[in-house]
Order: sequence, then structure tokens, then C-alpha cells
Amino acid sequence: MSTLSLGGGRTIPAKYVPVMVTACLFAAMFLAGGVRYEGFATGQIVLNVFIDNAFLLIVAVGMTFVILTGGIDLSVGSVVALSTMIAASLMSGPGWPPYVVVPLVLLVGSGLGLVMGYLIHAFDIQPFIVTLAGMFLARGLCYTIGTESIPITDPTFTVFAQTRLDLFADLWISPSVVIAAVVVVVAAYVLHYTRLGRAVYATGGSEQSALLMGLPVGRTKVAVYTISGFCSALGGVVLSFYMLSGYGLHAVGMELDAIAAVVIGGTLLTGGTGFLLGTVLGVLVLGLIQTILSFEGTLSSWWTKIVIGLLLFAFILLQRLFSARSRL
Amino acid sequence: MTDHILRMTGITKTFPGVKALQDVNLSVRRGRIHAICGENGAGKSTLMKVLSGVYPHGTYEGEIHFDGARCAFGGIRDSEHAGIVIIHQELALSPQLSIAENIFLGNERARRGIIDWNRTNYEAGLLMKRVGLRENPTTVVSDLGVGKQQLVEIAKALSKEVKLLILDEPTAALNDDDSAHLLDLLRGLRDEGITCVIISHKLNEVTAIADAVTIIRDGRTIETLDMATDEVTEDRIISGMVGRALDNRFPPHESTIGEEALRIEDWTVHSPSQPGRKVVDGASLTLRRGEIVGLAGLMGAGRTELAMSVFGRAYGVNISGKIYKDGKPIEIRTVQDAIRHGLAYATEDRKRYGLNLIEDIKRNISAAGLSGLSRRGWVNEHEEYAVAQRFHKSMNIKAPSVSSVVGKLSGGNQQKVVLSKWILTEPDVLILDEPTRGIDVGAKYEIYTIINRLADEGKAVLVISSELPELLGLCDRVYTLCEGRVTGELPRREATQERLMQLMTKGQE
Repeated sequence: MSTLSLGGGRTIPAKYVPVMVTACLFAAMFLAGGVRYEGFATGQIVLNVFIDNAFLLIVAVGMTFVILTGGIDLSVGSVVALSTMIAASLMSGPGWPPYVVVPLVLLVGSGLGLVMGYLIHAFDIQPFIVTLAGMFLARGLCYTIGTESIPITDPTFTVFAQTRLDLFADLWISPSVVIAAVVVVVAAYVLHYTRLGRAVYATGGSEQSALLMGLPVGRTKVAVYTISGFCSALGGVVLSFYMLSGYGLHAVGMELDAIAAVVIGGTLLTGGTGFLLGTVLGVLVLGLIQTILSFEGTLSSWWTKIVIGLLLFAFILLQRLFSARSRL
Repeated sequence: MTDHILRMTGITKTFPGVKALQDVNLSVRRGRIHAICGENGAGKSTLMKVLSGVYPHGTYEGEIHFDGARCAFGGIRDSEHAGIVIIHQELALSPQLSIAENIFLGNERARRGIIDWNRTNYEAGLLMKRVGLRENPTTVVSDLGVGKQQLVEIAKALSKEVKLLILDEPTAALNDDDSAHLLDLLRGLRDEGITCVIISHKLNEVTAIADAVTIIRDGRTIETLDMATDEVTEDRIISGMVGRALDNRFPPHESTIGEEALRIEDWTVHSPSQPGRKVVDGASLTLRRGEIVGLAGLMGAGRTELAMSVFGRAYGVNISGKIYKDGKPIEIRTVQDAIRHGLAYATEDRKRYGLNLIEDIKRNISAAGLSGLSRRGWVNEHEEYAVAQRFHKSMNIKAPSVSSVVGKLSGGNQQKVVLSKWILTEPDVLILDEPTRGIDVGAKYEIYTIINRLADEGKAVLVISSELPELLGLCDRVYTLCEGRVTGELPRREATQERLMQLMTKGQE
């Protein structure tokens, strides 16, 4: 069975099914929240989820590239923290201007990703181990810069943190959301319309076939970890807009949130299938769970973890069924 | 009354759409070495899987009597319990464990759940002495060569008190010394009363060691010969293995042969897992434009290894030799180089190496030729779709649309997708490895027609096939390969199945 039948003879290709399931889940959660809580079912609630999770979304985009090739990147949370730390320390200490600091931070993140990607490709090591090492390294580097939280007082950063971009009808977003949206659109374009994107899907689908088709598998692997490093650094910059501080304990465990968002978004952990739209929906679902719990008020925030855990189980089972069927 | 340790009667095994075995009978006398011969795909391995319980009782028809009792094995454990041990071509050892641990794996020498290491190593030593393996029992298996690993497998079988030992192509990966030692060992075991069934392509070994030979062809038993009473020669076995008539399964074709397109000289490839062993040994081939050339060889002869090593060193280490394209020497270091020089290779295992099964038809077709469909890294999706549509029609790919997932297509249609993918790269030389494996008869005819069309367009085509009738029906010229060496080259009019089989099995005398 390659398609899901709808009434009237219309069908949806099987590869869209997980994304649609996530979309339906999001819609159902939104409706349920609207029925249960006063003032929930507004557009601003959805936008707030974006505002609060812009950095996670950016990081999850990079993670999507990596997971699509069948890899994993555990270093993203630490790279986010390192980025906030570098940015904060350079601006508060020597007083470097943001237009020097931000590109430098992006360069450091991409460079870390590049090195990890090169190690994975050149020595044929499992991504799990290499990025685990990267995770410890980046987290450790944070503390060589400083063990305390460093506040950011740079005017450009505070403007970014406080600006409200008004949309129509009282709706507003933050500049971070714009950055995240640009990242999503560019990434979706690259994945869908470029040879790099094709190579990413082909590598994840079957690395051995991709090699025998003459696709640049090695270059692709290095590229996705570099992209993930870049996205983590950018996520770090956006997080420092949000927090206005650099701290070695920022974004602890965030790599797992990013992986969860990608998987809930319907991307197969073994690689080869998935969409960026799914990742966006995955981040929205995670964010909306937190919003609902804050509306509930009495429940502790640990319920977020419990719900995410249950959702992950459900989605992995769904993917299992899906991939078992497609492997005829 | 002769004492048969094993009688298999009327064995029929059906897979969806294919009868792999049809009314097969096999009787093996106690204390003898019994060989089973047949072409690739004749059903030898299927028969052994039925016997050893890999295909459990109930999934086949027919009866098995072993050691006087009727058997209904539900799995390998049952057959091993009865005393039947099968040693596969790919050895089933745990590479990081020691010899002694491997011998007693699953059958540990233990006292109240605690392994008795002294006894384990002592008993392993005794078994190793029996098979002539002079190593320390604590040596890790991955440090041994294939020949010695084979001996570990046999020692393991002996530890289970084996009555019937089945060896599938035991000498295929061994050098001459190791092979000779193994054959001596089998004779010794026979004299101790252990019955052996040996599946082998090496007919000189079969005639040297076996007491009886059963020949299987197209899933049926053809005959059983007794070495003592019948006059059994290698030629006699060959005629039994191939003796079927050619019928009208091939489209008529007259090749117009042009200039030399590809020449390979003195091509030598070493095995990546055993760097000392030559998988391809000084092979030289010439392919001309418009010509369909066959490459015949039995399993393990090095056909695929030759093709893949030429195709951008996708297989093997320490490769040497020269490649000439259109008379000029070229260097091919990567698959991309090979594609750039106009080479294409359609693999024998299209599901694993030839296709991205979870992706759709159009993206599989465009995968190798993306550079022609894109500009500065951006893929032109409209053109990609148009190209896929064109192939969908011209190759007669039976699928609802070019967005159908490739994993759901039948073997024949998958192969058409693979061929489309390579035709899109506009190659001058196509190497097709088992192009009709796992494809039904009707689709085979279509694939043959496509191959003929490619030759008519002036491309050089090399077809690797285990089916001799296919090579005879399709090719203008056939090379034979045996143990990595080119052992013959026959034009179509001189080639017969018997002559090819002789060249494929005898090697260079």
C-alpha cells in the first residue's frame, strides 16, 4: 500500500502521511485548547510559540539536514551555549561591535560542524560518537570563557530583543521569528531544488546506491554537519536576543528537543524521507504543549516532558509501521 | 539393502510466482561424500535450506527421512539436534571471539551457569587437533585466514556430534593449499563415519573427492551418478548441468560492430577483506561500439568484482592495470570519473546498490544525471519531470506515474528505472550485471530488446550473466572468467553451453 485512500478516490502519497498526521495533531491540540481555555484560540498564541521557540526552530532545521542523511548531531545544544558565551563575552569585555561578533560566532559554529563532518566522513566514524565528543568539547569551552552568566547590554541586541513587528489585526512577532522564517524558507529551497538537497535524500535513502550513482556522498555528509553547526550558532545568536545573556548552562538538553521536533515532524531517523515543513510543525507541537500546560496552571512543567515522551513513542511506532510497509 | 542416512522425496518448494524446487529426490548413503552440482540458481541452496529447517516443515511439499526417522524440522535448532549441520559459504563466526568460544557458542561448557574455561579450551584443543588446526584456542577468530576459519566451523560442527555435514561452496574462497587440506580433512571425516554433502562449482574437486553426484537443473533432480559404477567425468557432469534446449526467448538482432570503445589490460584487483588474495587476476577485455559482449563465470569467479573495480574503484584494494577509452589511456579514480568518461554500471543487486527504494521514479532516474538537469547546483524540476515522463513511456515502465515509489515496482520495472537512469547519463559503455535476475519471462524479453537498441545506437554493452542461454542468445562474443582469470573468449557461432561451462570450471590448465 503506497497511498492512503480518501473518499471519492483521491489519494495522498505515503510520504506525506506523517507530516499530515503532525498537522492534524497540531490542529487538534489548538482546538482542544480553544475549547478548554478562554482566550486560547487566537492567532497570537501560535505566533507566541514561534517567538518563544525561534532558536529551537533554527537549530531543528540544521538537525533535519543531518537526520535526512541518516546521521545525528548531538553537539547542537552545546554549540548554542558556546555561541551565546562567545557573543556575550566579546561584546561585554573588549566591547567588540555586533557586526563583527555575529559573523565570528557563525564562523566558529560552522567550523565546528565542518570538523565533525570531516571526521565522520574521512574516518568513517559513527556520527553519534563524533558529535558526542563535539558536545562535551563545546560545553567545556563555555566554562573556559566564564562560569557565570554574562549579561548583554549592547544596544543592537537589546533593540532586537525588544522590537515588536506589528502584523495586521493586533498580531505581532519578534525579529527572531523573521530570521527563523528566512532560514526555513532557504533550507526548504535548498533541500527541494538543489543538487545538494537531492544528494542529502539519496544518501539517507541508501548510501551504497548513492555512491554507485556517482553522487558526492562524502561532500554531502561534511556539508550537512557544517549546515547544522551554522544553524546552531545562528540559534545561539537568536537565543542571546531572547535571553540577553551568555551562559554555559543555556540550552542544556536542547539537542534532544531538536531531535524530538524533527522526529515528530515525520522525518525518518534512518534518513531518506521527511520535510522541513514537518520540522516546523514538530517545533509548533512542542511549543504548544508548553503553552497548554501554562494555561492549565496547576500542572508542573515536567508534564511537558511526559507528553513529549508519549508523543515520541507514538511517532516512532507510526514510522515503524510506515517503513515496514514501504520495504516490501 | 543399502543404508541411506538421508532420503528426501518429492520435495517441492514454491515462492510467490516461482517454483524453486519441483519434485526433487535426494538419497545419501551413510559414510559417503555426496556432491550436489548445478548452475547458479538451479535450486541447490534452496534444497539445503529445506533440509536444514531454514524453510520450516509445512512450507514445502515432500518428505524428509533422516537416520531412519521422518523429520519435520521447525528451524535450524531442530535439524542440528538431529545431527545435521550446514556450513554456509559466508561463514557464521563471531569475529571478535576466540576460537574456543566460537566452537562452543550456544553450547557452552559450563557448570551451574558458570563457564568452565579450562574445559572449554581443553576440549576446543582436542577438536582443533581433529581438524588439523594448529592455533591457540584463545586466538581471536578475526586474526585467522579464511581457510582456518573454515576449520573452526568444522570443529564447531564436530562439537555438536554431527552425523551429516553439509558444506556450501567450501573451497570458493580458499587458495589451493587450503583447499587441498580441506578435502583431505573431509576424506578423514568420512572414514570416521561422518556423512558429507558438498555443494561445489569446482568439478575437478567433485570428481576427486565425491562418492556420488546428484545433478540439479531448473529446480529438478536430473540424475544421480555413482562414482564407483558409472563412468563420471567433468564433461559428463557439465552436460547434465546445462542440458536444455534454447527456445525463442530472444529478440532477433544483427549487430553492427564499430571501433573499439573500451579496453582493459592486465587488470588485477585484491580482496578488501583479505588483501593477499587476488579476486581479479590479470584480466584483459576489449569492448567495441555496437557490440554486445558477455562475461560468463560461476559464483566467486570475480565478474562483479571486475566490473565494479573498473567502475570507479567501487570495489577492491590495490588495483592495477590499464584502461583505454576510444584508444586513449584514461584514469578512473571515482565513480564520478567513470560517469564522466562515459561508463555506466547497472548492479546485480538493484535493491541494495542500484536504487533508492524509498524515493520515487523521477528522482531515481535523474540521480546519476543530475549535472545535466541542473545549473549551478539548482535542479530544473520541470525538465526532470519531462525526462522522467519520456522514459516512463519509451521504456514502458508500468507504474501509475513518475511519482510512484520505486520500492513498490516489480523487478522488471525497477530494472527499467535503473537502465533509464544510466541512459540519461549518455554513456558509451554500459556494464549490465545480471540484468534479468529476478525478472519474469515477459519483462526479460523487453530488457533484451532495450539492450539490443542500446547496441544499435553505437554503445558498447558488457552483459554479466549466470544464465548461459541468455549470454548465447544475446551476445556477439563471450568471455569466460574463472577464479579471477579470463580463461576464454568465444565468438557467438563457436560458443556452446558445454564449451563455456568447460572454460568456466576448468580454468587455465
